[in-house]
Amino acid sequence: METITNIAYLIASILFILGLRGLNSPKTARLGNLLAAIGMFIAIVVTLFDKEIIDFTYIIAGVVIGSAAGAIWARWVPMTAMPQTVAIFNGFGGGASALVGIAEFFRMTAPPTMDVSITLVLGLLVGTITFTGSLVAFSKLQGLLKGAPMVFPFQQTLNLILLAITLVIGVLFVLGTPTLDKVVLIFLIGSVLGVLVVIPIGGADMPVVISLLNSYSGVAAAMTGFVLSNNVLIISGALVGASGLILTNLMCKAMNRNLRNVLFGRVGVEVGKELAVAEKRRVTSHTPEDAVMMLEMASSVIIVPGYGLAVAQAQHILHELAMQLMKRGINVRYAIHPVAGRMPGHMNVLLAEANVPYDMLYEMDAINEDFQRTDVALVVGANDVINPAARNKKGSPLYGMPILNVDRAKTVIVCKRSLRPGFSGEDNEIFYLEKTMMVFGDAKETLTKMVGLLKEL
Amino acid sequence: MTGPLLISLYIFVLAIFVGFEVISKVPPLLHTPLMSGANAISGITIVGSIISAGAGHSRISTLLGLIAVIFATINVVGGFMVTDRMLEMFKKGR
Repeated sequence: METITNIAYLIASILFILGLRGLNSPKTARLGNLLAAIGMFIAIVVTLFDKEIIDFTYIIAGVVIGSAAGAIWARWVPMTAMPQTVAIFNGFGGGASALVGIAEFFRMTAPPTMDVSITLVLGLLVGTITFTGSLVAFSKLQGLLKGAPMVFPFQQTLNLILLAITLVIGVLFVLGTPTLDKVVLIFLIGSVLGVLVVIPIGGADMPVVISLLNSYSGVAAAMTGFVLSNNVLIISGALVGASGLILTNLMCKAMNRNLRNVLFGRVGVEVGKELAVAEKRRVTSHTPEDAVMMLEMASSVIIVPGYGLAVAQAQHILHELAMQLMKRGINVRYAIHPVAGRMPGHMNVLLAEANVPYDMLYEMDAINEDFQRTDVALVVGANDVINPAARNKKGSPLYGMPILNVDRAKTVIVCKRSLRPGFSGEDNEIFYLEKTMMVFGDAKETLTKMVGLLKEL
Repeated sequence: MTGPLLISLYIFVLAIFVGFEVISKVPPLLHTPLMSGANAISGITIVGSIISAGAGHSRISTLLGLIAVIFATINVVGGFMVTDRMLEMFKKGR
């Protein structure tokens, strides 16, 4: 039986890898996800035959409750709430790893060998940090907690002290006597640490944090795999750990931050920054009519959506506008910045939901050279990701961040509520350019008016 | 180091490399589904949870196992379903 189990686990691991590989194209992605799910199913079924299992009551109860909760959540959650959904699912994964670690400790009849106790400590620590950290990230994204960074004096010192204490306890557990109180202490301190690490991180940095927590949940699973000497856990954990790390890295690059800076530094919170806008500069405010005339005359348009679009729930009407323009033979494309939205790739999902075909969505590097040959760049609810200060203003928090070259288009139309700066607090030069038409107001209302006008023409 | 541990370590390190290779090819277009899909895969701890919940060792480890099964199942079922829901929406234009 053990051979069969292990072969089944191997098949599951292969299906996970094939599943992730399927995600390299939108054509094969759905099949890929299905393969991974089948892999999971095989792994679960074969585990049920494990000779250690004597009672199925609690397994069945757990699976029924968990499936119902997961399915209802997955079915009804709005796409805008995807970041917090991933955060909380992730937290549950990390929490499960930590709990299995503790349960294993209770089941041990002899003192664990050194490798088991090391991975037990690591899995427990990373798992609990993932659990409570994800809960905080969820609460922030869901608006249950304030999105703004919560800071207090000596916060980082406290974190370091707690981490050091945990490591000392961990070493004592491994080299000294592995006792229950040490396990409980690591669990408790890990929980506190997870909260403390995430509360000082602001809303704008959440994409990085979710990616990192994603990676942690993988690491926790892999560590639990070492404790149970179960290879499918080790392989899956390693895959997810690598995936989270890649995304964390990409997000940091796209936001011009390094990881240490995200975790320990704060950006975009200085209140003084907003005063800079008070020095009134001339902007040309335009009506939706003006914007429509300009769009009508264009032969190429690039739409730049930002999170403000999703907040206004204007994705559908935006695409209706795009289709009206396409009907007139205008070349319309969408330019997607890597951090448009609240998590990696979020904007693509939001637009896909509004029936925008994915071949109209261009990633930054694929379209950035085309702005200079484009008649109109239509910006809806984006700000920092088009701010030229990233290119030329040394000392700006944005300096060095890759941006969409919106300012190189012949005309720029910006739909925005006000001149308020984005998360960075940096004023945006584009708003004051002569070729820029600012159309103030709620994105959904403005776009609805524009579509109405286009339909009349 | 003992033999089985060494083999596990080999597997762990090699799997990380496979992960990097496979995932760096995923386009930014699909990064959100990638994250939620990978997330669902990390729910593989359900395997460990099942054994903890079913081994009937002691009341406390069964209880911990039960909670772990619930958590991991939410992660797995919710993760795969929400990923499928997202991927279903990605359609090509004419």
